[in-house]
Amino acid sequence: MAKAHVYKRYHINTDEIIPARYLNADDEKELALHCMEDLDTGFVKKIKPGDCIVAGDDFGCGSSREHAVWAIRGAKVQTVIARSFARIFYRNAINCGFYLIESDDAVEKIKDGDEVEIDYGSGLIKDRTSGINIGFAPLPDFALEIIKDGGLLEHIKKATTD
Amino acid sequence: MTQRQVNVMGMTITEKILAKASGKKTVKAGDLVDAKIDVIMCHDITTPAAISMLIEKGIDKVFNRSKIVVTPDHFQPAKDIKSAELHKRLDQWAKRQKIKYYYKIGRAGVCHALLPEQGHIRPGEVIVGGDSHTCTYGAFAAFSTGVGSTDLAAAIATGQLWFKVPASMKFVLNGLLKKGVYSKDVILAVIARVGTDGALYRAMEFVGPALKGMSMEARMTITNMAIEAGAKNGIIGFDAVTKKYLDGHLRDKKSYKVFESDKDAEYAAVEEFDCSKLEPMVAMPHLPSGGVPIGKCRGKAMDQAYIGSCTNGRIEDLRIAAKIMKGKEVAIRTIIVPATPEIWKQAKDEGLFDVFYKAGCVISAPTCGACLGGFMGILAEGEKCISTTNRNFVGRMGHPKSEVYLASPATAAASAIEGKLTDPRKYL
Ligand code: SF4
Repeated sequence: MAKAHVYKRYHINTDEIIPARYLNADDEKELALHCMEDLDTGFVKKIKPGDCIVAGDDFGCGSSREHAVWAIRGAKVQTVIARSFARIFYRNAINCGFYLIESDDAVEKIKDGDEVEIDYGSGLIKDRTSGINIGFAPLPDFALEIIKDGGLLEHIKKATTD
Repeated sequence: MTQRQVNVMGMTITEKILAKASGKKTVKAGDLVDAKIDVIMCHDITTPAAISMLIEKGIDKVFNRSKIVVTPDHFQPAKDIKSAELHKRLDQWAKRQKIKYYYKIGRAGVCHALLPEQGHIRPGEVIVGGDSHTCTYGAFAAFSTGVGSTDLAAAIATGQLWFKVPASMKFVLNGLLKKGVYSKDVILAVIARVGTDGALYRAMEFVGPALKGMSMEARMTITNMAIEAGAKNGIIGFDAVTKKYLDGHLRDKKSYKVFESDKDAEYAAVEEFDCSKLEPMVAMPHLPSGGVPIGKCRGKAMDQAYIGSCTNGRIEDLRIAAKIMKGKEVAIRTIIVPATPEIWKQAKDEGLFDVFYKAGCVISAPTCGACLGGFMGILAEGEKCISTTNRNFVGRMGHPKSEVYLASPATAAASAIEGKLTDPRKYL
């Protein structure tokens, strides 16, 4: 079971997710140590493998640094559930094979600390604490294919060797 | 038969460029296309990771060594050992792959100022870069967008990328700018109206009479900040000003194809602005959409002024700042960063450095530096900076409790003199 870490915020940006002072490295483990540092200094301490982040609109806006996705993935976050995502962040996540969930209601309905279970196949977030179920539209097929292949580069490799 | 007769529905300039790049007659918003890439911009933060990925996957090649432009800029000259390692990886790769346009330190500059200046940007082409402000190049009637390291790696290896064709929003810039009001004020006003996700996933197409009077430098300030409204790309049509700039800057391939939006092209929204009514703007922390007229914020004390970056570090910007600072002294730390070596030399030759020196400013080598909180002007806790850059997120230029105020070079220069947010018009 995963714990939801809810940030009732719009526009959580890449500078908050991974500040530029750490961009002199691109190692995922190292970046993970500073994940969300300028938003919540306690984040890295409280996150457990498989937990998820829940937020409002426009998550990941700002820079094109894929480091933002790597920091989150490196911190062993299972997924980010947001009302909407910034374009480059969304694209980077798909390209890295990292699943993101767009949901209008999650940030309203899920409370910080709730235990949630996510069924990606049927597009359902089950909040075990409140008993509420929240549906979401699965990613489009082309994105699923990239994720299934393990990211864009593997996907390209497969396409050229097929 | 003309293109208009073939299409049922007209296309926007963005749609036409993406159609050409993907070998299709027509495309419409929402279509998924595989587009051929004409130019790839690589810098020192996102490219080393892309190189490592390619090596790891065993596809360490470049699709065309003449279509990749490499410049270290974010942490150059290297600010610490780790960034020196990034530069080393970039340098070794660029040499090994015999990248034709590799701007080594001494010739390197802030990417989005350097590429147009060195003649790498042509109308009608598709450009990607491992940097969100790659949208800058749309000022040249090109499709240009920022990507992350994986996309960058894929583009480097294959010369192709998938795109969802964006819906377009039209921004009609009516009227002419008053004295002391610049293109930076226009784009801050646009983002203040639509919000930082007001153009999410879309193309921002700028048209209208206010653009006619703007230089290419001024236009680049506008398209540079399209990403700050969440857009995929910003774009401005081709005209005599574009042609004149290109005639003076294009390198090897001097030919290009000019596209323009059809009259019956479809727009998701149309926003009209009366630019003649605009005042100098300041975007308050912590979002680029926090723009207010100077009259509403003047007098707020600042600790630092920063004049530089891909938004406003070009020669025209330095001239504007120097004009205001001439014969005066700054009241706060003021950092001037010419965006490229050529701008640096031009500023020196024109005597602008004398003005800045006498005013008490520090003049830096071309770098992104403090714009992204890298080095060369980091803010301490609680400090406030008036900056000509494009982003004022929490912690952007230093301590998470510091504050960044975005404005034009004129407003930044006037504020530097008085040590507080100041209307530049009293100095003009
Ligand atoms: S000057 Fe600033 S915004 Fe422009 S590319 Fe450099 S870091 Fe990014």
